[in-house]
Amino acid sequence: MPSWEEILEVVLLQNYNTRLVVLSTTLLGIAAGLIGSFLLLRKRSLMGDALSHATLPGVAIAFAVMVSLGGSGKALPGLLLGATLSGVAGLFTMLLIRRTTRLRDDVAMGFVLSVFFGVGVASLQMVQGLPGASAAGLESFIYGKTASMVQSDFFLIAIVAGIASLISLLFLKEFLLLCFDDGYAGAQGWPTFALDVLLLGLVTAVTVIGLQAVGLILIIAFLITPATAARFWTHRLLPMMLLSAVIGGVSGWLGAGISALTPELPAGAVIVLVAAVLFLISMIFAPPRGVIPRLVRQRHLRRKVDRQHFLRAAFEILEAEAPDRDVPSNSPFPLAALRSKRTWTPHELRKILKIARREDHLEPSEPRMLRLSEAGFGEAARVTRNHRLWETYLIRYADIAPSHVDRDADLVEHILGPELVEELEDFLERGPVAAPIPPSPHPIGKEASSS
Amino acid sequence: MSQMFKKLSPKGDAAGEDLSSHPQDVPLAIHDLTVAYHRKPVLWDVDLDIPEGKLVGIVGPNGAGKSTLIKACLDLIPRASGEIGVYGKPYKEQRHLVAYVPQRESVDWDFPVSALDVVAMGAYRRLGWFRRVTREEAKKAHDCLTQVGIGHLADRQISQLSGGQQQRVFLARALMQDAELYLMDEPFAAVDAATEEAIVSLLRSLSEQGKTCLVVHHDLATVTTYFDWLVLLNMRVVAAGPSETTFTRENLQKTYGGKLSLLEKAAEALRHTID
Amino acid sequence: MNWTSFDTWIVVVGALCAVACALPGCFLVLRKMSMMGDAISHAVLPGLAIAFLITGTRASVPMFFGAAIAGVLTALFTQWIARFGNVDRGAAMGIVFTTLFAVGLILIRQAADHVDLDPGCVLYGAIELTPLDTVGQTGIPRAALVNGGALLGNLLIILVLFKEFRLGAFDASLADTLGFSSQFLHYLLMTMVAMTTVAAFESVGSIIVIAMLIVPPATALLLTRKLPTMLLIASLTAVLSAILGHLGAIQIPRWFGMEATTTSGMIALAAGVLFTLAWLFSPSEGLVTKARRHRSEDLSLPESTA
Repeated sequence: MPSWEEILEVVLLQNYNTRLVVLSTTLLGIAAGLIGSFLLLRKRSLMGDALSHATLPGVAIAFAVMVSLGGSGKALPGLLLGATLSGVAGLFTMLLIRRTTRLRDDVAMGFVLSVFFGVGVASLQMVQGLPGASAAGLESFIYGKTASMVQSDFFLIAIVAGIASLISLLFLKEFLLLCFDDGYAGAQGWPTFALDVLLLGLVTAVTVIGLQAVGLILIIAFLITPATAARFWTHRLLPMMLLSAVIGGVSGWLGAGISALTPELPAGAVIVLVAAVLFLISMIFAPPRGVIPRLVRQRHLRRKVDRQHFLRAAFEILEAEAPDRDVPSNSPFPLAALRSKRTWTPHELRKILKIARREDHLEPSEPRMLRLSEAGFGEAARVTRNHRLWETYLIRYADIAPSHVDRDADLVEHILGPELVEELEDFLERGPVAAPIPPSPHPIGKEASSS
Repeated sequence: MSQMFKKLSPKGDAAGEDLSSHPQDVPLAIHDLTVAYHRKPVLWDVDLDIPEGKLVGIVGPNGAGKSTLIKACLDLIPRASGEIGVYGKPYKEQRHLVAYVPQRESVDWDFPVSALDVVAMGAYRRLGWFRRVTREEAKKAHDCLTQVGIGHLADRQISQLSGGQQQRVFLARALMQDAELYLMDEPFAAVDAATEEAIVSLLRSLSEQGKTCLVVHHDLATVTTYFDWLVLLNMRVVAAGPSETTFTRENLQKTYGGKLSLLEKAAEALRHTID
Repeated sequence: MNWTSFDTWIVVVGALCAVACALPGCFLVLRKMSMMGDAISHAVLPGLAIAFLITGTRASVPMFFGAAIAGVLTALFTQWIARFGNVDRGAAMGIVFTTLFAVGLILIRQAADHVDLDPGCVLYGAIELTPLDTVGQTGIPRAALVNGGALLGNLLIILVLFKEFRLGAFDASLADTLGFSSQFLHYLLMTMVAMTTVAAFESVGSIIVIAMLIVPPATALLLTRKLPTMLLIASLTAVLSAILGHLGAIQIPRWFGMEATTTSGMIALAAGVLFTLAWLFSPSEGLVTKARRHRSEDLSLPESTA
């Protein structure tokens, strides 16, 4: 285990070499997070996968060219230039396949990925045999070699990541339109093809600078994971992008930091794992779209529906017992009557009654009989009234046949807030809250559901 | 740099010569239009002049090329032949005069934008490159939403709108463009009665302002009540003209062929409207 | 060039592996899941590493199962994230396989103290060395048997379940309503891909697998719209790629004055070349074909036949 001083040293970036590495991966994460957002929304997340593989032949060829010109062959700018060129070639091959054949996106991506990668591996192998050159270390482009970063690498990453981030924010409006509705964008005269090329060009740029830092497989994670995680937290584009940048940055910072503390862990892999953990947390817990909040909301809604169904059923039973009164009186009624109202299983019914007791809607009564409390009766009257108002509204104003209304109303009613109910009242020219409950506009109970 | 963007500018430089065959006052003149997908022709030799200020319905069976016609007018799909003039000039130069309402299914409604954001897209062309949506444009977008009756939903994420409301968002986006010619692809598809009514009244008010609307429609029963001009389309134009004279049994038979049940329905609708 | 029985065996092994991949690949491509092959072939890494860490040997059988399980888990996790998280399937796939790959890298790093388990080996393979490792006295390379077995298995499954696979690829919900669980077919296909990947990686490297899962089926799709024909053309393309690839690996580097290169990479390249030929000259939709037809026909569209 690393000591506290070591942890502090890494977290506070006190060591020069750690500082370079951590800052580089953080910047890379931010840029990839921003650009990855568009990629995700354009539904082309795996484009990063294809493009990163497509850079490999360029690395090998650039090496060969530099060696044949008498250099060492491992000058980073040269290798990255080669990577960019072959990435762009891969990009155009993909777009060309999409435009001129009936093959779909995934095939175009898979084709470019596998063929370029195959060529890349074959040519790496070839250049290794070049006389007078040591190609050892070129493989770091596949797996990444974060720890050996030097200052010039850092500057390169910082500049490219900065420019890429800036462009993605500058073209925010245009990319938004492209990703949301490219047909409309085309009709308005935006050059959608050029915008696509620009977006994927940014992806290529980030991929190329990321190659050295985290390796070609793991840069893919940088482009996909933060954006997908951020999507769980918000319904708006700009917050999503910023959050995605933060998640990417934090993954880079934490991942590189942890790796600096425990040298046997490769930085690229740790970064990806940190991002994956953040993704998992987002997917499970994020309030707007996470899995658990969504389940909770569904449970809530189901419970609310159950509660209202129960109260309305009780009220309708009471109404049926006193057909000649405007407002029925609150009296005990048999449990069997309730069961005949709706298709509840015994288990469901028990749960519903338990909740009703907890909410003080039921009073204790003789066995097999139920009795609403004062509050329960008031609530039952209110729920029934809202429901019927809504039904009446639907019938009078939306041309929906009465026999269809019940189901719709059951759903809509629970979404309706109190303001809308008041609005409805005015609309229907009924009295205020104390008004008698309008009769149901359709036959109630079994005879209705059997028809 | 700026030179490059000028070239790509969505406004286009309006320097093209007049197409003599397209009179200035015809909002949309289509000549000899043929479109083919992978060898299979979808539209053959379409010739059509859409008169100004009319509500024009395009009807025809499924696969008759209705949507294709609209997309071809907007240069969204390549044409095998033919010319299209918007107020006498190619569409490229007249984009500011045309608003497009795509089919609702054409986009992902789970996208992280609000209703207002979508409507503001109607102003993007006016804004040009890089400029953000200004406060005035945002206010205008809000007004457009109000105009279609959902101003109170401006901040909703679009997946939380009903189908009818989503359609209204698209209409509001078209209004935002301040166009002269509106091309709408099935705006009435799968919407509720209230939305249908709202769309009809919107179309009427556009028509009163002298705008031209070209609407792909699928419901023969309402076609004569909604539109004052009709195009019957089945790969080619079967008939085009004022609704009363165009919506005849004979023309429908030519458009829909032997689908008798459908014809009967149409005939009934015809009887209703003519009575 | 002196061609030896070694070269023949390399081509045979390559061809067996290529066809074994191309068959399930057709269904991957038809189901719009071409990238799954790439994902699975990266994601098997932790399976290999865990199998190794548990058994402590590089024995084939545990590793085979470890990798196959990891492959199927990739498909499973992808499905879960896409469904429960409401995430685009491509993005879900990307997250799953990069994460698994990262886990694999870390595990391998832990195991590296004990044995040489090079991730590069998984990618490149060493098809050139396969003829050395023969089974008993027969002189047949083990890799030929392994890949031949994978091919046979895939072929059998596809022949037996041809109708079901066709239905599942064409319309998953129809398959469900007719009582053929599309889920089952999906995971069966994923298992086939994972098994084939694992069978191949050890001997020939995953590059061949990734390429052969996609490129021959894509080539076939440009040439035909019939499924049986497509399977046939894809298999032929795969075999041709293996032959041309090995020839290329021997010959092409010489033009540059270099030594021979990896056959696996060149097989991928050969497949790419065959695809490009189909792209240009396909009788129905090749680019050159279309351009020429355009000129000769000059839009002699049928007269309106009303």
